[in-house]
Amino acid sequence: MSLNPSPEETPGLRRRFVVSSIIIAGVFFILALRLWFLQVLGVEHYRDLSERNRIRYVAIEAPRGAVFDRHGALLVDNRPAFTVSALRQEVGDRENLFATLSALLDVDEEKLAERWKEGQRLPRYRPLPLLEDVGREAMEKVQENSVDLPGILVEVKPFRDYPHGELAAHLTGYLGEVTEEELGKSSFEGYRSGEMVGKTALERMFEDRLRGTAGQKRIEVNVRGRELRQVTTRSPLPGQSLYLTIDTNLQKAAEEALGDQAGAAVALDVNNGEVLAFVSRPTFDPAWFARGITSDEWRELIDNPRRPMTNKALRGQYPPGSTFKMIVALAALEAGTATPSTTFTCNGSFQLNKSFEYRCWKKRGHGKVDLHKAIKESCDVWFYRVGLEAGIDRISDAATRMGLGQKTGFPFGAERSGLIPTRAWKKKRFGTSWYDGETVISAIGQGFVLTTPLQLATMTAALANGGTVWKPQIVQKIVDLEGATEWMLKPEKLNEAAWPKAAIAAVQNAMESVVNDVGGTAWRSRLEKVRFSGKTGTAQVIRRQDDDEEELEDDEIPYRYRDHALFVSYAPAKNPQIAIAVVVEHGSHGSSAAAPVAKAMYDAYFKDVSDNEEPEKVVFRD
Amino acid sequence: MFDRRLITNFNWTYVLLILLIAVIGIANMYSATSSWTTAAQPVYVKQFYWLGLGLVIIVLVCLLDYRHLEYLSFPLYGGNLLLLILVLAVGKTSMGATRWISLAGFNVQPSEIMKIVIIIALARFFSDKAHLRGFSLKELIAPGLLLAVPALLIMKQPDLGTALLVLCIGGTMALFAGIQRNAVVFLGLTGFAAAGGGWFLLHNYQKQRIMTFLNPERDPLGAGYHIIQSKIAVGSGGIDGMGFMKGTQSQLSFLPERHTDFAFSVFAEEWGLIGCLLLLSLYCLIVIWGLHIALRSNDRFGMYLAIGVSAMLFWHIVVNLGMVIGLLPVVGVPLPLFSYGGTSMVTTMTGVGLLMNVSMRRFMF
Repeated sequence: MSLNPSPEETPGLRRRFVVSSIIIAGVFFILALRLWFLQVLGVEHYRDLSERNRIRYVAIEAPRGAVFDRHGALLVDNRPAFTVSALRQEVGDRENLFATLSALLDVDEEKLAERWKEGQRLPRYRPLPLLEDVGREAMEKVQENSVDLPGILVEVKPFRDYPHGELAAHLTGYLGEVTEEELGKSSFEGYRSGEMVGKTALERMFEDRLRGTAGQKRIEVNVRGRELRQVTTRSPLPGQSLYLTIDTNLQKAAEEALGDQAGAAVALDVNNGEVLAFVSRPTFDPAWFARGITSDEWRELIDNPRRPMTNKALRGQYPPGSTFKMIVALAALEAGTATPSTTFTCNGSFQLNKSFEYRCWKKRGHGKVDLHKAIKESCDVWFYRVGLEAGIDRISDAATRMGLGQKTGFPFGAERSGLIPTRAWKKKRFGTSWYDGETVISAIGQGFVLTTPLQLATMTAALANGGTVWKPQIVQKIVDLEGATEWMLKPEKLNEAAWPKAAIAAVQNAMESVVNDVGGTAWRSRLEKVRFSGKTGTAQVIRRQDDDEEELEDDEIPYRYRDHALFVSYAPAKNPQIAIAVVVEHGSHGSSAAAPVAKAMYDAYFKDVSDNEEPEKVVFRD
Repeated sequence: MFDRRLITNFNWTYVLLILLIAVIGIANMYSATSSWTTAAQPVYVKQFYWLGLGLVIIVLVCLLDYRHLEYLSFPLYGGNLLLLILVLAVGKTSMGATRWISLAGFNVQPSEIMKIVIIIALARFFSDKAHLRGFSLKELIAPGLLLAVPALLIMKQPDLGTALLVLCIGGTMALFAGIQRNAVVFLGLTGFAAAGGGWFLLHNYQKQRIMTFLNPERDPLGAGYHIIQSKIAVGSGGIDGMGFMKGTQSQLSFLPERHTDFAFSVFAEEWGLIGCLLLLSLYCLIVIWGLHIALRSNDRFGMYLAIGVSAMLFWHIVVNLGMVIGLLPVVGVPLPLFSYGGTSMVTTMTGVGLLMNVSMRRFMF
């Protein structure tokens, strides 16, 4: 026990207490000052940070605009689909979770792990999609077992739906996730990683219209990203709807008629260029892309020798073969180098300069042939001579005026222009001058001449209407959410070919005979209820060796060496409405492979016309 | 044996202040942990039990006249040192540190006990040796060793926070006892040098903490996360706060350790500057009142005891608050009466008991 006096009475100690108290108060004052600094001066900054901690702005995908046909029938739509996703922060034991999930839904664990890896590029708070479009039953299973599946949730997302399956897939195109590369471009500003965008055809060209405006959910989340409250919502604005000029029944008939054959068919309204059918076969199922195509499926499509991913109507370039003969006829008639009554005798071949022999497809010859017969029975010799007489310049000019050798301006970027050769082109391309022999084979649509099915249809429509080349158009109108028309098709003339009336009439007349008169190359494809006019064509894939005299039956020739079959036509023969071009790759003969497709299409298109008589069944070979 | 005057002289107001802070703390804990859904007993209820125990401890500590501690001080100190050595030898390891030891079925944290025992031991030493001239460097060797040995043992566990606190408590008491000017300068310089050299002795996580204190953005999701989230919580409280149970940082769990070391952040978010200043005043009051008790004590041992306890409270409060509002690095120091935990409660209440003991016996000789 100390004997010192109490501290209160010791002045030195007393001072220490006073100083200490002041120091303590000073330290607390500094703490208070700091609090003032944080809570008064910094409050806005920190409240902002706090908001950012807990508020997430999540986009709500806008339903993409629907696609309808010309009669308002639905072609492409959206449907709600269930997606099993993972909230990464809430997933503890991942392997265990995947095991449970794979047992529950019968999916591969590795596939889940793969999706997990792929999804890491998404922002952490966004749910990572593991299984897309799982179906109601699977969704219910997940919901029921949610206790065993921590971090797993089922989201409802709009999915692109194709009520007609693969119908018109090359026209509508397909969707795919926006790529990292695209996200970097200014045209994809406002897109989010993982969003579906149009990759080809209409889906791509009208992306801006179809996409709509994403809505926004303002959600409050806790530290693990679990959604607690939806604070406010801005509803998504669905995209605009496309009404196409397509007639679904006609499209369907064409796709069915072509079936698994490789080829294309294009139908146009001859009076305004509206595309009534646009077919490329074989095709693909766009639904595969909507849910994310697997590499096996992709391989299957890419490895198919009939190239289902190629839009043959737009990008397939084929020698027009005999379907080119109308052009040659018009060129000659206009120039006066031939008249409808110009007559030659066809004995099966044509001699040029005594050294080259060009054969008619009909070995024994057609005998005496005038324009009408030359088109009706597709005599090559008549056209060799008439073509040579008219010259390549006139033929090229006529073809160009009818829309060949150039892009039609179809709204897909991938269109091919085909080729109409000229002297200048050849000089530039090969550095050599033009030979007469080349004119001869050009006259039957061989040699350098190349056309796309779309061009052939455009040309045929112009033949049918007397020479007006209409731009083929596919979109009839674009309609917004309220039903207001945002855009309306206006027929556009590409050219007015202005053929002499007599010339076009002679050609039309001959084309009518091709189908409707005995001996016409497409006679067996005629329809009783609708009289249509047409022209068959056979395009050589490889030049047959003339020495190779052994005549093979069609099915003895290997598939890839068989000729392409073509048929161009319009109906009705008088007052035409619709023109159709059909190409069947390696179909051998226009009459046997391509014309029946057109026939099926007319049958469907004119379904309201009463079908009184069964067409006569006559077996005929050309 | 029992003097009636003890009850009359008991400092009821001080204990009421302590109770007030503790009750605010429990309410705050209720808010901080409201999002927890566990079947076990809620944390705030448990804290109530600890508070009850704390009050019992105050009474128990008051029963024995503090003057008896003067004789017990060195045996207590020796025993505690032994425990600290035992911890290092056979202690329980959890989360990379060995702090606990099992004694008679109880889990005991000898470093925590040392906070009190060092006060008693140094009070004994200074009350014997202090003179108004102040200690010279040579005279400081003995108390220096008294302080350094347990501090080193604690640092070895490693428990930097507690070691620093023990040093701060001892240092404060020594400063108060008086140190000659040249000795202060010398100690300051060597301390500075030691801090530089000590950097290399620090564990990686300790260096990490200091680095992130200096720049929290350096690791916003790792070591800097605590500081950043705590500052966000405190700052977004504003002047009048978000309201009880309405602090988003705490309610949505962005704030870590929000019922223990960062309990004050929750309070600051929900009650704003006004609430904070009130709480700060209460804390300031109990520290200065502690000093006042020292001033009014009628012997040197009691005075140093009271100074030691005040220093202990002061340093806990300042280090914790400094950490929470981003003035000091993150060291795991609880806020007395506010952070959840039995250990902190027992230590604090033992100290408060000692203060009350000194306070109520100042009239007796």
